[in-house]
Amino acid sequence: MNRPALDFDAIEAALATLAEPAPPSLAHGALVAVGLADDYALIESPVGPLRLAWNGRGVSAIESAADDHAFEVKFLARTGRRAKRRDAIPAGLARAIERRLSGDRRARIELDLRGSSEFEQAVWLKALEIPRGEVRPYGWVAAEIGRPKAVRAVGTALGHNPIPLIVPCHRVVRSDGTIGQYSLGGPGNKRTILAAEGLDPDELEGLARAGIRYVGSDTTRIYCLPTCHNAKRITPAHRVPFRSAGASEAAGYRACRECRPSAAAVVAA
Amino acid sequence: MDDALHSDEALAARLAVDLDGSFEALVDAHAGRLFSIALRFIGDRSDAEEATQDALVRAYHALTGYDEARIREIRLRPWLATIVLNVCRNRARVRRVATVELAFDPSAEPVVDPVARSDEKAGWALLLATLPPAQRAAVVLRHVDGLSYAQMAEALGRPEGTLKAQVHRGLAALRDALVAADRREREEMTA
Repeated sequence: MNRPALDFDAIEAALATLAEPAPPSLAHGALVAVGLADDYALIESPVGPLRLAWNGRGVSAIESAADDHAFEVKFLARTGRRAKRRDAIPAGLARAIERRLSGDRRARIELDLRGSSEFEQAVWLKALEIPRGEVRPYGWVAAEIGRPKAVRAVGTALGHNPIPLIVPCHRVVRSDGTIGQYSLGGPGNKRTILAAEGLDPDELEGLARAGIRYVGSDTTRIYCLPTCHNAKRITPAHRVPFRSAGASEAAGYRACRECRPSAAAVVAA
Repeated sequence: MDDALHSDEALAARLAVDLDGSFEALVDAHAGRLFSIALRFIGDRSDAEEATQDALVRAYHALTGYDEARIREIRLRPWLATIVLNVCRNRARVRRVATVELAFDPSAEPVVDPVARSDEKAGWALLLATLPPAQRAAVVLRHVDGLSYAQMAEALGRPEGTLKAQVHRGLAALRDALVAADRREREEMTA
């Protein structure tokens, strides 16, 4: 290296060349960290590969889309933010999602629900309480969030669920017991996901057709929604079907404290 | 420079009324210079990238806590420089605690002559890294980032006179190191 001059001017000139452009990933990374842009990657699911988006505030979307471009367009239209494709979900988040989807509700996953109403958030958070392998009627959700008359609005809110699977809107079914609509690719997918969680959709709809909304145990004198884990433990010899909460109460049965079937009764009636 | 000042004022005004809608403009305008400050202060590229991102995140969170009037008054260039330097210093502190400190022997020959390296920029960067942190911060803000002494006084919280002296001492140290390296080189050639 030749150094013709060792005066301050030359040193200052050399220092001025030391500024460098930021690496291209930096700006997007900073925006993702504060939740003003998102990353996304593919995840496997019972209904095939889906795209999951996340940012510094939490998981922001799960979508079925034909390809990356379709996803990005849909995501931008809903959130106003750009999403960038990644090879994989960050390891910690991927582990939490795997645990949650296999039924562990203690696995903590932050959700970015910005842009939704308080009512929608109440509905989605209530759906998060429904255990894997069980379902609740729309009316049950409405009653549990203190809006017993808002059954239709609950259905609409579930249809707008931006994070299906993790927010298990597929576990909410029609008040008559039939499976009902599903935002993630229609009712067929809802059946597939429920079946993957160990529920038999045909059996469920069979009960609904027979007019059976509740089952009780003649040993405990407690009645439940049919998919409640307590109901599943009742042996066939002691299983008593009911058509309404009124009928169960009249027979001297009390409501299960875990599935709270009377919440559904208010509006199912 | 005047343009930068005016556009920063306009940007602060936009941030005050719509933080989420204008923060990307702040990132676009300042990520490069903050990265340069971090890179020349820390030395390592991936560390500098992380520090810059961290600084931008801190800036965003600070802004979410400020009211409109306060955001409008922020002078972004020095304010962001303060944040990125704080992040760099904190990271250096954590690393010092986490690693075994190497004994420094000033009489030892440097393993490589920094300035003799083929990449002239890398040579200057190595040389800069030998300055004490306070001098390095002052030299980097003045001559890599191009802040005025008034802006530096704001960014570093020290009087302009002190900063001028620090920059002068820093430049003198750089010159001395160059002279020493030059002398070594000539001695080797004549030996």
